[in-house]
Formats: sequence, C-alpha cells, structure tokens
Amino acid sequence: MQARVLEAYQLHTLIGLLRERGYCCVGPTVRDGAIVYDRIAGPTDLPVGWTDEQAPGSYRLKRRDDGAYFGYVVGPHSWKKYVFPPERRLWQLKRAGQQFERVDEPSQTPKYAFIGVRACEIAALRIQDRVFTGGEFTEPEYEARRELAFVVAVNCTQSADTCFCVSMKTGPEVKSGYDLALTEVVGESHYFTIRAGTDRGREVLASLKTSAVNEAQRSAANTRVRQAAESQTRTVDTEGIKELLQRNYESEQWKEVAERCLSCANCTMACPTCFCSSVEDVADLTGEHAERWRRWDSCFNPEFSYIHGGEVRKTTASRYRQWMTHKLSTWFDQFGSSGCVGCGRCITWCPVGIDLTEEVRKMRAGETS
Amino acid sequence: MLPEAWIVRENLRETEDVVTLVLEPGGSAAPTAFAPGQFNMLYAFGAGEVPISMSGDPGDPTKLVHTIRDVGPVTAALCRLQPGELVGVRGPFGSHWPVADQQGRDIVIAAGGIGLAPLRPVVHHVLRHRGDYDDVVLLYGARRPSELLFTGEFESWRQSDIQVVVTVDHAPADWTEHVGVVTTLIRHGKFETEQASAFLCGPEVMMRFTAAELESKGVSPDKTWISMERNMKCAVGFCGHCQLGTEFICMDGPVFTWPRMRNLITVREL
Ligand SMILES: Cc1cc2nc3c(=O)[nH]c(=O)nc-3n(C[C@H](O)[C@H](O)[C@H](O)COP(=O)(O)OP(=O)(O)OC[C@H]3O[C@@H](n4cnc5c(N)ncnc54)[C@H](O)[C@@H]3O)c2cc1C
Ligand code: SF4
Ligand code: SF4
Repeated sequence: MQARVLEAYQLHTLIGLLRERGYCCVGPTVRDGAIVYDRIAGPTDLPVGWTDEQAPGSYRLKRRDDGAYFGYVVGPHSWKKYVFPPERRLWQLKRAGQQFERVDEPSQTPKYAFIGVRACEIAALRIQDRVFTGGEFTEPEYEARRELAFVVAVNCTQSADTCFCVSMKTGPEVKSGYDLALTEVVGESHYFTIRAGTDRGREVLASLKTSAVNEAQRSAANTRVRQAAESQTRTVDTEGIKELLQRNYESEQWKEVAERCLSCANCTMACPTCFCSSVEDVADLTGEHAERWRRWDSCFNPEFSYIHGGEVRKTTASRYRQWMTHKLSTWFDQFGSSGCVGCGRCITWCPVGIDLTEEVRKMRAGETS
Repeated sequence: MLPEAWIVRENLRETEDVVTLVLEPGGSAAPTAFAPGQFNMLYAFGAGEVPISMSGDPGDPTKLVHTIRDVGPVTAALCRLQPGELVGVRGPFGSHWPVADQQGRDIVIAAGGIGLAPLRPVVHHVLRHRGDYDDVVLLYGARRPSELLFTGEFESWRQSDIQVVVTVDHAPADWTEHVGVVTTLIRHGKFETEQASAFLCGPEVMMRFTAAELESKGVSPDKTWISMERNMKCAVGFCGHCQLGTEFICMDGPVFTWPRMRNLITVREL
C-alpha cells in the first residue's frame, strides 16, 4: 500500500481511533529518568522532546531541541511484558471429589495497541512467537495476547551508541510484522509518513485524515532512516557465529568475563527475546485451594539449574556462557534464528557495561592469536 | 496445561527413601499410552510439580506407576501420598527408549540407583516380547544393598531369561554378589557386543563411563542410549530450565543417543 502523510498533530486522532476500537494503548513514556512502556492516553504522554544517550552501563535522558514524539531508541522495557507478563497466576484449583476443579474467573485477554514499536522489537516479537507458538506446544495466553495486539511501528531515525541492528539484519527500517508503520519527520514541518501492513491497519488508516506523499516528503523520511543505519557504530561479525560459540565452550574467556559479571540478571530481564520462567505452587492455609504462579526467571540465578545435589551451573563463568551462547548460537539450533536482535539493551543495562559484541570480537581474536 | 487428577491406589515402600505410587485415573482423567523412558509432571497439590518417569508396564496403560526418591519438598510430598489421595498428572512427555525397534538384537540395560525406575518399562516390554530379543542383560548398581530397587522382581526376570547382575559400592559381610561400580559388571553379562543395543540411566558419571566402556568393547555408540536429568518446570519447552547446549531435555530428550550427548556432558557446568 502507498505511504500517506499524517500531520503530527493527527497522532492524537490515531490514538483516539485505536481507543475507540477497544485497544488499550501502551507506549513509551518518561518515568524515573528512563523511557519505559506504559499506558498512554494520548500523544502528550509520549516522551515529547526527549532523547536518550546510551553507552555500555549507562543511560541518560536529554532534552532535544525539537518536539519529536519518537526521537529516542529503546529503553529498559520491551513489549514482551505485555504478551508474556513478568508475573502471572496461571490457575487456581480446588480438590472436588476425584478431580481438580478450576476456581479462578476466566480472564479476558487484554487488547493492546503497541505505539512506537521499533524494527528490532518486531524481530524480537517474532522470535518469541517461534518460542511460544512455533513448536509442538503452544502457550495459549501468549498466542491470544499477541494475536489481538495492534502494532504501530516506528522507523528509527537515529541510533544509540549501543544499537547494532544493522549487523543483526533486524533494522532500523521496519519491513514487516506491523499493522501501521510510521516515519517521523521533524523539521520545518512536522509529519509522519504512514503505511498499513494489514487489513486492520488499512481500516484505521482509511479513517485518518492523510494526504498523498510528495517526493520531498518521501525522501526526507527515507534519508532519516538511512542516517540511523549509517550512524550505527557497534557491529557484530555474524559469519559462522553459531559454530564460533559452540567450539568455545572451554574458552578461558568465560572466566575473564566472570571477573566482571555480577550475575545480576539485568541483561536477561531487559532482553526482548529472553523467555525463561519459573513456577511457584502455593496453597492456602486450609490446604484446599492451590494456585500456580509463573514469573520471569534468568539463567543467571543460581537456582535456575538446581537439581538434587546442587546447581549444574555453579560459576558465573558457566552462566554467562549459557546466556551468550544461547542468544547467539544454540538459538539457531532450537528455533532457526539468532536469539539476539541487536537492540543493545543488555549492553546499556549491564551495571558493569559488559558488551556481547566486544565478547564476540575477543573470541574471534582469541582463535587467531 | 492443567494437571489432571489421578487417584493413588497403592503406596509401596521400595527402600528407606523410595516409594512406588500406583495411580488410577480420577474424575476427568483418561488413561494414555506411554513409551518406556517417557515421564510425567507429577503435582503434589499446593506443594509443587516435578518430572518423574514412568516405572510401570507400558503394556498396561490403565494405571500409572511412578517410583520416586524423596530428595526435597515436592518428592517428599509425593512419597507421603496415601491411597485415595489425589495427585496431579501432566504428560506423557519426552523421547523414549527405542526398545521396540531393537528386535533380534541383544539388550543391555545398565542402571545406577533410582535410574532403574525409568528403565523398568524396558524390562516390562522385554518380558512381554521376550521372543523378539536374543540375550538380555540387566547390569544394576547401587551404593548399598538396602538401596537396590525392585529386588523382589529379580527372580521372575531371571526366570524369563533376563540376566540380572547386581553390584554395590559398600557391601555388608553377608553380601554374595558383586562389589564395585556398574562398569565392572559388563564382563559378567553374556551378550554379543556387535549385536547389542544398550540403555543407560543413572548418575552422569556412571552413564559416561559405562557408555565409553561398552564402546571400547565393541557396542556401537549409535546403539547406546542414555537418559538425562535437568531442572524442569514446564516440560513443554517454554521455561528454558532444562537446556543443555543445543538441547531441551524435556522435548529433545530425556532419552538421547550417546553420540548426541557425548560432547555435551563432558563440558563442565554446561
Ligand atoms: C526427565 C526426568 C525424569 C525423572 N524421573 C525421576 C524418577 O523416576 N524418580 C525420581 O525419584 N526422580 C526422578 N527425576 C528427578 C526428580 O524430578 C527430582 O528429584 C525432583 O524434581 C526433586 O524435587 P524436590 O522439590 O523434591 O527437591 P529439591 O531438590 O528441593 O528441588 C527443588 C526444585 O529443583 C528442581 N529439581 C531438583 N532436583 C531435580 C532433578 N534431579 N531433576 C530435575 N529437577 C530437579 C525441581 O524443579 C524442584 O522443584 C527425574 C527428573 C527428570 C528431569
Ligand atoms: S542479547 Fe542484548 S542486544 Fe541482543 S536482543 Fe537481547 S538485549 Fe538486545
Ligand atoms: S552480563 Fe551484566 S547485566 Fe548480565 S548478569 Fe552479568 S553483570 Fe548483570
């Protein structure tokens, strides 16, 4: 479908149309010095005029000198919290004669509209789709939430120092997996180019007041996305990366990185593709009602690998190895793609600034020296 | 996936810390066929859910038989269950011992400790189809005689022409069988190494040494299977806990060919 032009002030209408259609709109918003995803009522809840400065182990918000709605990249949150909630009661049961009876109220699947989804984040959602719905078993709640979710994507017009989506071939341009895709142009005039990727996207777009794109507008939008790609400084050489990691299980490098790594699990919580969870079963005092809770877990937690007799992965070296090897290598064997989309969150939110792209470089250098 | 309620029919004490539960379907549960080596997630109401292999006869799916060692809170709660009480079941999950595909061959079953539980369905299968196989050997080891499982059945297995060779690490004065690790039993079994298929379950070191020893004696590594154990929360490939390198133990395993595991289990803390 042809791109159209949506005047910036019409973003309000877009969010309004989605709300009218029953969507709970969630998107970036400023809280406690970071851009996080939360409910938004309209464009003024977005981080208007803010940008982020990111580096290994550091994140800072700064004022922009314009009124851009999407003039930053990704923060500590990702959309996974809406399709795969961090904490969830899976069921409540009671014993009823010779069977268990479910006693929780069936919950209604929330219907979200994600406002401002970046290309790498669409790639991450698709990776989680394969984990939760692409195999022999399907996670019904994930599937239901994901199917309902309306994706308003935004092309990145800048990169952070920590971004490496170009290397991972996931961005910065949104190519598929969206209902609507926007490119923001702020300059003498402030507008979006907007495209629909699905029928429900086309329906919303048709209800918006848009105009045809002229050549100058198209090229202004394209230039900004191209600049985001060109300004990216961080890279990973992905050639043979799966084999590289799997032949380095016994490398000394894991011990070196373990001298810095705190095993704090920040990287796994921030990562948009990490999917590990744990369950806890509890009963009330009478012992007649029981429930099961599921929470995000991390391969950095000691109990994660616990079996009778002790943890399988006792050392931080083995946990970091598990994490990085899974992301960049064994994910290919399991799910047919990389487990990393190059969003850079794990680099920014690592308290000691461990950078997996740097670790890949060291590993390659270690093999040739 | 909700656990289905099954009813405990019998709680049989095997050893000081091991019991066998015999379960029958509760209200809405239906018997499901399983293959030797597969496991269920057993849920002790309100206490937790853990993977436990079937230890019963795959030829009789009307009941479920599980042999459980009490090592922590959930297994303790399961071991305490009395006849009439409910236990939650999800399953069956995982890969299986391909014993049915080994017709005409010799069968070597090597188990350590509780590792005989997941292998007993292989014995059951052999007993039902004894004519399909040539020599059949069970090599079984435990720390001490009191920790040996299913000893009451050994005589009837022997009567069906299954060689049962037993060893312990620590032998009391009146012990008349072997002393030492399971690997030392291999030479006491009568079988043709070239036509043998081997099924191994026990501590990882035991499986490693036994597989290596069998290989050095001429048993094909491709005809050697082992069963792996890892922390497991969901059994359907979502929770991520049971990963071992490229493998999810719950979905790709727990039973693997030896060549698939050899390079992974020799990496420490993988
Ligand atoms: C495929 C498979 C088949 C198994 N079959 C049997 C069997 O037939 N009989 C038997 O007695 N045991 C079997 N086990 C081991 C059994 O699952 C553990 O002993 C049990 O999970 C311990 O839980 P717990 O709460 O009692 O003890 P804790 O040691 O306190 O366990 C705490 C948690 O750690 C995990 N955990 C601890 N030990 C293990 C372990 N060895 N394997 C996997 N997860 C563990 C569980 O999630 C458990 O909830 C099997 C394990 C697997 C993976
Ligand atoms: S591993 Fe790091 S860079 Fe890759 S997707 Fe996860 S958080 Fe982003
Ligand atoms: S790599 Fe960094 S973020 Fe990840 S566990 Fe180690 S210290 Fe924490």
